[in-house]
Amino acid sequence: MTRELHVKELTSIKKEMKDKHRSLMVKKFRSNKLALTGAIILTIIIISAIFFPLFISSSPYELDTVNRLQAPSPEHIFGTDNYGRDLLSRVIYGARVSLVVGFSVALLTALLGTIMGLYSAYYKRIDGLLMRISDGLMAFPAILLAIAIMASLGANTTNVIIALTIVFSPLVARTIRSASLVIKEQTYIEALKAQGASTSRIIWSNIFPNIISPLIVQATFIFADSIIVEAALSFLGAGIPAPAPSWGNLLYDGKTVIFNAWWMTLFPGLAIMLTVFGLNLFGDGLRDLLDPHSKSKK
Amino acid sequence: MNETLLEIVNLKVHFDTEDKRVTAVDDVSFTVNNGEIVGVVGESGCGKSVTSESILRLLDEKHTNYEGEIRFNGRNLLSLSPKKMREIRGNDIAMIFQDPMSSLNPVYTVGNQIQEALMLHQNLSKAEARMKAIEMLKLTGIPAPEKRIDEFPHQLSGGMRQRVMIAMALSCNPSLLIADEPTTALDVTTQSQILDLIKSLKDEFNMGTIIITHDLGIVAEICSKVVVMYLGQVIEEADVSSIFETPLHPYTQGLLKSIPHMEGNRNEKLYVIKGKVPTLNQVPPGCRFAPRCEFATEKCKVSAPILESYGERKIRCWNFKEIQESSIQVNRGETLNA
Amino acid sequence: MLNFIIKRLFSLIPVLFIVSVVVFLLVHITPGDPASVILGPEANPEEVAELREELGLNRPILEQYFVWIGDIVRGDLGTSLFMKQPVLTAFFEHLGPTLSLAIMAQTFAIIIALPLGVLSAKFRGSFLDQTFMGLSLVGISVPSFLLGLFLILLFGVELRIFPVAGYKPLSVGFAEHIRYLILPAIALGAMQAALISRMTRSSMLDVLSSNYIKTARAKGVKELIITVKHSLRNAFIPILTIIGQTFGSLVAGAAVVETVFNIPGIGQLIINSVERRDFEVIQGSVLLIATSYVLINLIIDLLYGFVDPRLRVGKK
Repeated sequence: MTRELHVKELTSIKKEMKDKHRSLMVKKFRSNKLALTGAIILTIIIISAIFFPLFISSSPYELDTVNRLQAPSPEHIFGTDNYGRDLLSRVIYGARVSLVVGFSVALLTALLGTIMGLYSAYYKRIDGLLMRISDGLMAFPAILLAIAIMASLGANTTNVIIALTIVFSPLVARTIRSASLVIKEQTYIEALKAQGASTSRIIWSNIFPNIISPLIVQATFIFADSIIVEAALSFLGAGIPAPAPSWGNLLYDGKTVIFNAWWMTLFPGLAIMLTVFGLNLFGDGLRDLLDPHSKSKK
Repeated sequence: MNETLLEIVNLKVHFDTEDKRVTAVDDVSFTVNNGEIVGVVGESGCGKSVTSESILRLLDEKHTNYEGEIRFNGRNLLSLSPKKMREIRGNDIAMIFQDPMSSLNPVYTVGNQIQEALMLHQNLSKAEARMKAIEMLKLTGIPAPEKRIDEFPHQLSGGMRQRVMIAMALSCNPSLLIADEPTTALDVTTQSQILDLIKSLKDEFNMGTIIITHDLGIVAEICSKVVVMYLGQVIEEADVSSIFETPLHPYTQGLLKSIPHMEGNRNEKLYVIKGKVPTLNQVPPGCRFAPRCEFATEKCKVSAPILESYGERKIRCWNFKEIQESSIQVNRGETLNA
Repeated sequence: MLNFIIKRLFSLIPVLFIVSVVVFLLVHITPGDPASVILGPEANPEEVAELREELGLNRPILEQYFVWIGDIVRGDLGTSLFMKQPVLTAFFEHLGPTLSLAIMAQTFAIIIALPLGVLSAKFRGSFLDQTFMGLSLVGISVPSFLLGLFLILLFGVELRIFPVAGYKPLSVGFAEHIRYLILPAIALGAMQAALISRMTRSSMLDVLSSNYIKTARAKGVKELIITVKHSLRNAFIPILTIIGQTFGSLVAGAAVVETVFNIPGIGQLIINSVERRDFEVIQGSVLLIATSYVLINLIIDLLYGFVDPRLRVGKK
């Protein structure tokens, strides 16, 4: 009887502490200007990307060659491109593409990298193999590797996601591996082993929760990097194929007429800058919040 | 021989933190004479390090405010220009710190670091400075100094590194040496070697020395005068034998009682001063030690005692005379009952 | 010391092996037949089959790989199918512009970033610090090719100061050579400069709060000397790391920036070869770039020992 009461007490104390912790985090987040600004920028962009197309009538594919290469005007706020398509809607639709690609890559690399990192930290043999492969992959500058993979697979959106996942997973794997190694060396893990806890349990119930913070921070930066690399790929013609609107494609179109139509370079360019900037701010802020002692990249 | 070398007069040090001002040192005064070793004793947070760093003005002056004076060689150090301060540092007044590993620059040789002070203050050429540096290493008891001079700090042991620090500090023949916990990071055998070294060098150069420590054993071994600090104030000052034989302030008495004894009842609990040191944000009204003092009276809780002179000694306590009398009575009682 | 270098070179071998495997797989997993791509859609099946036989494309993959490796070891990286010259020759012809560009960009980045980072650390919290750090945050958000495009807009279209396309080799004259490379070098180096300045700042902050700096002050050393002699050398290791890590993206960025500014460098070579499916060139170039990247990392590792005596091999 006393034991049940005792357990109930502990559970309620645990819940109280978790709630307190959560509200402290929310308070900290609100006062952290970096994360907040980043979050605001991102929210604006995401909401525009999702809801804007419902309100504007112009399609990003609608050709109107009579009105091609027009400077910004009340009808076409961002101007028109070399086929007469409304640039504003192309930029907004391009946002969708870039955000979807970036998010997918961040998610997939997080999954893949975590599994690779966790098991490498735990099993020596897997570690040797996986880390050699990671080293090999990281020996290539990101864009070059992406170009080469896209050349093999062919240019379409899915392949871009696959290519970028291959490019960025080793980075995540390394980070997770380092973090896991640190945790693994701590005595409470040894205590668990001595009690007979299974490897799965140790890895997933004990090590994993502790690497979630650096993982989220890392994923945010990869989101940002993916947007950049995807834009570069599309700019080179090795990414999202035309006529689909992607910021990289828009820049490619813009380059050909750069001396006559500055708006075709400026607006997609600003869109990329703003999104990546927002993500970087957000990632920096998250890092300050969740992982203040880390010395991770950026 | 007993001239005043350094005189700290009513020193107050205020720090401007994000939201408020914190007073780390609140009206501290004491003097150091030539050839004297003054021990400044207290727990962490009592302001002893801040006091000593104020002498050389090593604190972050953007956020620090001073009151009072620190007189040295007829000048007030607190009012000197940065340029003049630099001429004094390492030259007339030198300082050594607690952890010799982190206090020496890891990327330069030991010789390079000693020579720097020499070339800076005494205008020696590189070759001359090197010779002098070897001499200093020899003086501080480092074997094979001609070889060691080209080694890096990580290649030396803890004791040797502290000797290098001392060599570096004394290279320009300062008249005052400040040693902030010089042996805390060393093992016991090395500790006593370093203390002996400091003592003999003090004699040789006739320096005044300030030793900051929390270890009463060190105080007993080499200090001639003791200044006891608590929460930013000096609460007692006396020569070393008086402090150990007849401590006047309850805090000092508590410190002495807390030292474990070699002889005596092994089953006896170790004495601990009750309560803990309040933070600088929560300074008690009245006497700062009152909340923890077994002899505290109503007056103590309300009114802050001043530092009064008592013969050659100084004491900051309303009731020290009564406390003295009652403890003598207890002693008499014990002897009678035995 | 020599032992150390040799040991490190040996440890590179497994990495280079993986690199070669990756490069090879990338090129050979392609859907589509290289031979038919080369000959074009009008080619008849016999010609295609003949070319396949000639190129050894019908052999088992493993054999093709070892033939390729064997050739490489003998210094033969294959022959470009389109340019009708050895890959190695094509590579070195295009190397000059890329090298100039990369060196200029890296130099520019270091020259700007180090003082910025040091000043930000020294005057932490000041308006200067906040401005610089704000700028650097923007800097890491602008990819180099985008900055290149913006620079073209600004300088080429509006201001017309610098040439926005083309390349003049050194032989024409140093000033001209530099002039054509200024905008691309700025575009390429800006992100690096931002990253380096941030790392410099944080590393200097760490160092400035350490005990040996307090000791140096207690000796009476002047602030300037403390910053430059005592602090910077200690702060340099993480900075060196970042320089090494970001050099790779510099090289990669060069590929795209070359396209923006029409510079006939390695980047252009690779991208054109990808379009033309010139496999030999792609394989060879990517392999060479990856290898040099690995070697550069080795050099940086060796430089560590130079900067920090604690990392030197063979101490007493």
